[in-house]
Amino acid sequence: MSDNKFGKKSNPVSRFFSFLGNDIKDIGVTFRDGDWKTKLSFLIMGIGPILRGQTLRGFAYLILEVLFFCFVGAFGGKYLSKLGTLGTVETMKKNRKTIYGDHSFLILLFGLLTLIFIVLLIFLWRMNVRENQREELALKQGKKLPGNKADFMSLFDSNFDKTLLALPVTGIFVFTVLPIIFMICVAFTNYDATHQAPTKLFTWVGFENFKTLFSFGKSGFGSTFLHVLLWTLVWALLATFIDYFLGIAVAILINKKGIKFKKFWRTCLVLTIAIPQFVSLLYVSKMFDNAGFINATLLKLGIIKSAIPFWTDPLLAKITIIVVNVWIGIPYLMLMATGLLMNIPEDLYESARIDGATPWQMFVHITMPYMLFVTGPYLLTSYTGNLNNFNVIYLLTGGGPKSMSYAGGAGGTDLLVTWLYKMTINDTDYKMAAVIGIMVFIVTAIIMLSVYRILPSVKDEEGFQ
Amino acid sequence: MAKIKSSMKRKRAIGNFLTYVLLTIIVIIWLFPFVGLVLGSFRSYISEYGGIVGYIIPKKFSLDNYRFVLGGETNYLRWYLNTIIIATCVSVLQTIIVLCVSYALSRMRFYGRTALMKFWLVLGMFPGFLTMICLYFLLKQLGLTQAGAIPGLILVSVASSGMGYYVCKGYFDTIPKALDEAARIDGASRARVFFTMTLPMSKPIIIYTMLVAFMAPWNDYVFASYIAFGHDKSYNVAVSMYRWMNTGDYQGYYTRFCAGAVLVAIPVTLLFMFLQKYYVEGVTGGAVKG
Repeated sequence: MSDNKFGKKSNPVSRFFSFLGNDIKDIGVTFRDGDWKTKLSFLIMGIGPILRGQTLRGFAYLILEVLFFCFVGAFGGKYLSKLGTLGTVETMKKNRKTIYGDHSFLILLFGLLTLIFIVLLIFLWRMNVRENQREELALKQGKKLPGNKADFMSLFDSNFDKTLLALPVTGIFVFTVLPIIFMICVAFTNYDATHQAPTKLFTWVGFENFKTLFSFGKSGFGSTFLHVLLWTLVWALLATFIDYFLGIAVAILINKKGIKFKKFWRTCLVLTIAIPQFVSLLYVSKMFDNAGFINATLLKLGIIKSAIPFWTDPLLAKITIIVVNVWIGIPYLMLMATGLLMNIPEDLYESARIDGATPWQMFVHITMPYMLFVTGPYLLTSYTGNLNNFNVIYLLTGGGPKSMSYAGGAGGTDLLVTWLYKMTINDTDYKMAAVIGIMVFIVTAIIMLSVYRILPSVKDEEGFQ
Repeated sequence: MAKIKSSMKRKRAIGNFLTYVLLTIIVIIWLFPFVGLVLGSFRSYISEYGGIVGYIIPKKFSLDNYRFVLGGETNYLRWYLNTIIIATCVSVLQTIIVLCVSYALSRMRFYGRTALMKFWLVLGMFPGFLTMICLYFLLKQLGLTQAGAIPGLILVSVASSGMGYYVCKGYFDTIPKALDEAARIDGASRARVFFTMTLPMSKPIIIYTMLVAFMAPWNDYVFASYIAFGHDKSYNVAVSMYRWMNTGDYQGYYTRFCAGAVLVAIPVTLLFMFLQKYYVEGVTGGAVKG
């Protein structure tokens, strides 16, 4: 990523290969010129540092190498070898006894893990070679190598970042990176309800699932996908900007000069943040129920003749969700805007007032440009956050109302994420869920990248200062 | 002159009056569901009705629902305890991880730093639910599903929390680096600077991180229900309350849900109100820095 500074002229692929070539040459030179300790280290990692007295480092390399081979030999190897087919032996029942065959899921998961470990070991091995090279050079120049104690203490000083990041990076690797790679692979298999591990096998199918997603035939997901995608984009846009403008408006109302009990108004609104969403949203969803308070009151007052189908009519459900989301979203924006509004220099307003500007003009020409400038990045993250706003949709409608014309169990208010969730839970259609997940990623990435570049605060950092 | 002034005054008074009216309407709308929730929880289950009704003031007040929720008929107390355990552990551990990551990324310049940050940014664009099945199998291998769902949930929430470093790193970035440098010249190690200088100066952001981390598990329905599936004793409040409201018999559990929900909302709300100041600081800071 940091290679970008070399400009766009050299293409990244050729740059990568020339880097790789140099690296291999470097390794060769190290082997040719190195002493026997270095040469031995090419096979037994860390033996060089151990013999040179840096036992701590040396043993760390050695232990990792031993662990790796134990892992591959005893556990990973057999999964890795089946990664190409994801298993061939099916679980069978013989005389009422179940004979377990291959477990495609575990083969894929642990096969990938082994593959990643192999890549990591190659990196480690390269580090080990470089370590030997550096030590030899230092000894040749007559320098003393740091002792074990200094080595260890550096973990709290110059190498403190490694200590701090070791655990978080491992955690993210195991519980985020590995699962994501796994699911990306699942998108290219036929893992679904009829191919459930461990009793059934699943296998690679190439781009078959993506074809299903984009086919508009009877069994295809095409039209449903477009509907859901469109609603997701529209929802995120409306949810973000309606909340944004109304939130700022409420903040301005509360902060108006001469308004008393500012803290009281604020506290009342903030209650929606404080109370867990599953409580408030579940309650609100029942309030709009056909037999709920709102319909009953309107009926009693004679305003309507029959209950308004807030959640059962697709269009009305969408509108209701957006309205309820305003109720959820305004307090956040109000809090944020309150802090930011105070930062606008008062003399800007003062001079505008002298020039005879109306409050509306001041709002349009001073407040909004400032707010948009400062909160540009926030708007972007909040837009992408709303694309994946699971809670509001799921707790209010559960993605409903269901529609016969939609494939894959999607409903009228389903976002891509809730659809993904339903496919995983209700239909156990993992392959399509994985495809949808990749689509969500692509949509998010495109929006992030394209909008980020045109943000005023990114383009022009000095503005408004 | 006096005339103009008095007319301005009148104009302002009318403006203020309208603002008050508007604010009052807003506040009523905002508080309405909560008032309804509390009132609903006091509706008598036995002598009135436990389902959804078209009015909010109960005809007969009673503590039936609370008696049901707190009595031994359900595992409510267990669910409540589960949630408290999860929230506390996640809050503490997640804060430690976030602080470590933020300090390393804010203060240290090491090989691959920007690459790591960009990589995490890209990872964050994948929807979280995508990995649900895989995480389930991983946890199952460790024996942390169903009966062991509580530690499993804590593990998963904490393990990936390093990616949420933005607000905290933004805060660390505002602490002058010169302070660090001065201490380092005096011979303090990085670790010492971190523990004795940076951390004591970061009280607001620590409280903010802990508060946000503490509140999230109360809402955790999706993953919690997935890995505790079918094992009643491992549910948290969100899972069990959602089930009360969305099973076939939700009409019978409506007021009971209200009572259970009030009991959940009270401590969380009090805590939040008490620490509101820090929350506002975090939200405002986070918004500006993106």
